[in-house]
Amino acid sequence: MISSLFFYLFAFMTVAAGVAVITARNPVHAVLFLILAFFNASGLFILMGAEFLAMLLVVVYVGAVAVLFLFVVMMLDIDYADMREGFQRHLPIGGVVGLVLLVELVLIFSGPETTIQVAAVDTSRSNTALLGDVIYTDYIYLFQLAGLILLVAMIGAITLTMRHREGVKRQSIAMQNARTREDSVAVVSVESHVAPQAILPDADKDQKVLR
Amino acid sequence: MLTITLFHYLTVAAILFTLGAVGIFLNRKNVITILMCIELMLLAVNINLVAFSTHLGDLSGQIFAMFILTVAAAVAAIGLAILVVYFRNRGSIAVEDINVMKG
Repeated sequence: MISSLFFYLFAFMTVAAGVAVITARNPVHAVLFLILAFFNASGLFILMGAEFLAMLLVVVYVGAVAVLFLFVVMMLDIDYADMREGFQRHLPIGGVVGLVLLVELVLIFSGPETTIQVAAVDTSRSNTALLGDVIYTDYIYLFQLAGLILLVAMIGAITLTMRHREGVKRQSIAMQNARTREDSVAVVSVESHVAPQAILPDADKDQKVLR
Repeated sequence: MLTITLFHYLTVAAILFTLGAVGIFLNRKNVITILMCIELMLLAVNINLVAFSTHLGDLSGQIFAMFILTVAAAVAAIGLAILVVYFRNRGSIAVEDINVMKG
């Protein structure tokens, strides 16, 4: 009984947060409502007995993806107000399409009444342990592939956003190690009554650095 | 009413999925909001997968939900990186301005 109430609480909050995501004027608020939707969806996952996925949702989505969204929204200097023009214009067609989609989906789902059995598998072990049993045996290749996808995404994101700026002084250890005494130090005979700048040979660039 | 069936979970997922689709219609200009709507739809798919996994007592659904989570994270990272690069080059992220290739 209490889990039913929690289901309705989580479900209502998830849907309300979803509505707020697509109607929020400020995209920062939209991201925050997205985080709320993820939190409540992880509550639904816990009710279904999928604790590991619920924690994964909180860690991966709320901790990484939503914060990434938040960073990008705050970094880009965009006037979001004129982004919203056309909202009213697209409302009728969007509403019609959404209504049709929703009715179709619910009609498909409302077949014979079926009760949900939570943790019908092995109740003596936790959901995480059971998932680990399966994922490291039957799905090991897919698991490795998922890691590869993440690696490719990481490298892709880094190479996309990294830029080399001109005119920034950087340390080059290879160049420093490649220096020899011959091209760094020059012995010049300085006459004592003349200013040293007039005599120093100007051709070698290392001389300037030394001075 | 007070017994939660599979149907309830599927309905929540259907509503979320519809919200994501409608959100793409409504926020046609804002790429960030479109990306967030895609995340909402992926969340709905995950709820469906987990609901069926629990209902059938088969853990494969949860594993595939995990893979969807992985791919969604990669999608968000790459999409936002492209967005940042695009904004750096063009100074705008409006969808109708993205027509360099005249596609």
